[in-house]
Amino acid sequence: MATVVTNHKSCAVNPLKMSQPIGAALAFMGLGNCLPTLHGSQGCTSFGLVLFVRHFREMIPMQTTAMSEVTTILGGLDNIEQTIVNIWNRNQPEILGIASTGLTETKGDDVEAYIKLVRQKHPEIDGMTIIYVSTPDYVGAFQDGWAKAVVRIIQETATSCTIKQPTRVNVLPGAYLTAGDLTEIRDIIEMFGLNPVFLPDISGSLDGHIPENFTPTTLGGTSIEQLRTMGSARSTIAIGEQMRDAAMEMEKITSVPFQLFDRLTGLEANDLFLQYLSELSGKPVPMKLRRQRSQLQDAMLDAHFFTGGKKVAIGAEPDMLWSIGSFLSEMGCELVAVTTTQSPLLEKLPVEEVLIGDLEDLETRGADCDLLMTHSHGRQMSERLNMPFIRIGIPTFDRLGAAHKVMVGYRGTRDLAFELANIFFSHEHEATPESWVQNDQTSASTCASESCGSCSSQPIQNEQPVVQVAFS
Amino acid sequence: MASLSEKVQDVFNEPGCEKNQSKGDKERKKGCTKQLTPGAAAGGCAFDGAKIALQPITDVAHLVHGPIACEGNSWDNRGAKSSGSRLYRTGFTTDINELDVVYGGEKRLFKSIKEVIAKYDPPAVFVYQTCVTALIGDDIEAVCKKATEKFGKPIIPVNAPGFVGAKNLGNKLAGEALLEHVIGTEEPEFTTPYDINIIGEYNLAGELWQVKPLLDELGIRILACISGDAKYHEVASSHRAKAAMMVCSKAMINVARKMEERYGIPFFEGSFYGIGDMSDSLRQIAKLLMQQGAPGELLARTEQVIAREEKKAWDAINQYRTRLQGKRVLLITGGVKSWSVVSALQEGGMEVVGTSVKKSTEEDKEKIKEIMGEDAHMIDDMRPRDMYAMLKEAKADIMLSGGRSQFVALKAKMPWLDINQERHHAYAGYVGMVELVKRIEQALYHPVWQQVRKPAPWETAIENGGNSTSEAAAA
Repeated sequence: MATVVTNHKSCAVNPLKMSQPIGAALAFMGLGNCLPTLHGSQGCTSFGLVLFVRHFREMIPMQTTAMSEVTTILGGLDNIEQTIVNIWNRNQPEILGIASTGLTETKGDDVEAYIKLVRQKHPEIDGMTIIYVSTPDYVGAFQDGWAKAVVRIIQETATSCTIKQPTRVNVLPGAYLTAGDLTEIRDIIEMFGLNPVFLPDISGSLDGHIPENFTPTTLGGTSIEQLRTMGSARSTIAIGEQMRDAAMEMEKITSVPFQLFDRLTGLEANDLFLQYLSELSGKPVPMKLRRQRSQLQDAMLDAHFFTGGKKVAIGAEPDMLWSIGSFLSEMGCELVAVTTTQSPLLEKLPVEEVLIGDLEDLETRGADCDLLMTHSHGRQMSERLNMPFIRIGIPTFDRLGAAHKVMVGYRGTRDLAFELANIFFSHEHEATPESWVQNDQTSASTCASESCGSCSSQPIQNEQPVVQVAFS
Repeated sequence: MASLSEKVQDVFNEPGCEKNQSKGDKERKKGCTKQLTPGAAAGGCAFDGAKIALQPITDVAHLVHGPIACEGNSWDNRGAKSSGSRLYRTGFTTDINELDVVYGGEKRLFKSIKEVIAKYDPPAVFVYQTCVTALIGDDIEAVCKKATEKFGKPIIPVNAPGFVGAKNLGNKLAGEALLEHVIGTEEPEFTTPYDINIIGEYNLAGELWQVKPLLDELGIRILACISGDAKYHEVASSHRAKAAMMVCSKAMINVARKMEERYGIPFFEGSFYGIGDMSDSLRQIAKLLMQQGAPGELLARTEQVIAREEKKAWDAINQYRTRLQGKRVLLITGGVKSWSVVSALQEGGMEVVGTSVKKSTEEDKEKIKEIMGEDAHMIDDMRPRDMYAMLKEAKADIMLSGGRSQFVALKAKMPWLDINQERHHAYAGYVGMVELVKRIEQALYHPVWQQVRKPAPWETAIENGGNSTSEAAAA
């Protein structure tokens, strides 16, 4: 339906996009006892770390190979070796996740080979799983880095299992789902008597809780045992189109069949999800969920008065754009969409054109919208255009609770419907005596300035008093 | 034009820095930043440092030449405030792609400058080099030169790619860019005998505005603040100032010293943090201006203002003193000078149980010893795990640090206050110090601590050997 276009600017202004390596780092943060590390200059890690700290308001375990000008040119073998040995000696994580950056990719470091050499030299690190993923900054965007990391985690840890656990399902969530979303999805799956294991699972590590002890590695997340037994599951559920490669890889390695849901926001999207869970478990949809469905229907009916005919400017990565944009469309909104990277979903969006661009593009195209939805960097645009603003996605650094925001399931969709309606509700323009006054002056002056001739006989001086009456 | 490595050597060889001068030739060549340990490093890169130092110039476009990581992951994340233009908060980046890496990104950079000028018409564009574009050999200085000729506007190359070193080096390289391309290129509309530059002050949370009213009252004009709330024209014509104050430790010492060398502008190193320091700074400004020919009555007027403001601040702080007396503070600072905050805390009756000296010079350390005594607990590089242990064992009542380590304190259920660059509250000058003391008092006595530290009833039950549960069952 939609045409996908890329802007033709040389200079990106007010970026919407973030880079692949930190997407990969976030995926590693969803593994238990893991230390995500970027192979690049110390700034690569530092910027990502500050970004995550401001979003999650949590300690963020993240390390760097601290490449300098000289080590970059000579190759990063020494730095990779020192990083691995230092991290092992200091923190002893079970998993070390290494993502490359634009710097080391430009040089062309063969990190896979480096890791082999380091392993030969240092048998003491045998107990530590090292997962490397190639994520140059100058290709793709955040969600691509996340997706690639998950593929690599599966390749390094998953094996086929002969013994099956009849209730186990693997869940591969996309980067746009919050810790709160994952908890909601887990609850829904468990209601069918199934036992879901999430990969990655940021609901254990970045859900904002107070741990008993201090740890320099991740606080929770998918454990190494859970990773190694992915093959024993009955099914793999992938959420978000970005997880298709990971789900296929899982099926290839473990022979566990997968089912992909491109979104879990919206009535029909959740119907399909529950229908699948019901078939998989052989259990009927629980009453509790049926009740929630009914509540969502009611919420949508109450909300539709306010959302219908509204225009929403939305800037988000493809999967989030698809998830929220589709629901907005189902609620009768018109969209102006800007995204960060390619995805097969984009052309299916219910909009004429999707632009791969930045927030300047969104500001230009969406200047007449009723609502802005994007990450916190939309704050300047919202201020300039005096436009109501709902923050979605990473980074959300000027509001609390981003990790607990739930927009999936019947309940999450219900709350989103209310949030949208309330924003429009509170920004309704009350009628004034002038609301329906025909303003001839504007059309006349436009005519005069265009000197079309048809109304030039009307002296402009006569217009002035009329204007004053109309506005006084 | 000096190559980047020559420039790096030049800033490492800083005659204005005592620490540097005490080193041997060989040691000096290695530079002033410690070799980073891969897998155990923290902190920003040189590009980050350059951006921190220059981004507070509000009316220019800051254009980052590199892949999306450098600007996309970090833009609009600092608290430098502006009284005018907001262009400095707009993120501009060439966002280079794979083809640019292969074929070179110079053309994209040139076109980007053209687009920025066409759309935003800033008085100047600052172009920041990054690692990837430096590695593939993009010559940003040549592109900027050509763009300056073509568009008739100053296009300033800031050659501080991340991989040349740490934040502090980036600060200095940013200073070099100003010295080479900006300072002395324009003239002020008029000058007065009371014109000063403030160097190394970034107006975080609007702190400059806590100081400026007092200078205004004294008739002292800030010709240029480098770079907090600065306009391009002010920095470009800053060479006509009569005196200068260097604020943020040694971050921009090269700018202060070279401006003294080139334009005869004397400077002193001072701080706006702490009541004593604030007064000293005002006095020094007055003295330097008088030395440069300002009328002698300035000092007397300054003393009057100091006496009035000190009394006001002390009266305000005294209200908190009893509640703060003996409270133990763990101070982990990055950018701000440890010793100036230490004396300020002592003024409030608090005891500093430890302070970081990671970025302090030998001279700073001496000053800390002077203030805190010989057994001052100076922490060179504290691991978060150790900070946590210290707080958890209640060896300190509150931690003051940068945003990154806040969760070390919060997860130990201990009060914490942000004193780093992302902070939301301004702590400079007399009013700022009162504000800091007030915030510490609020943090220490906040009702939340009692609640979150109290274990859940069932946990108490287990600790008491299940007594309360059995009692409940019996009842």
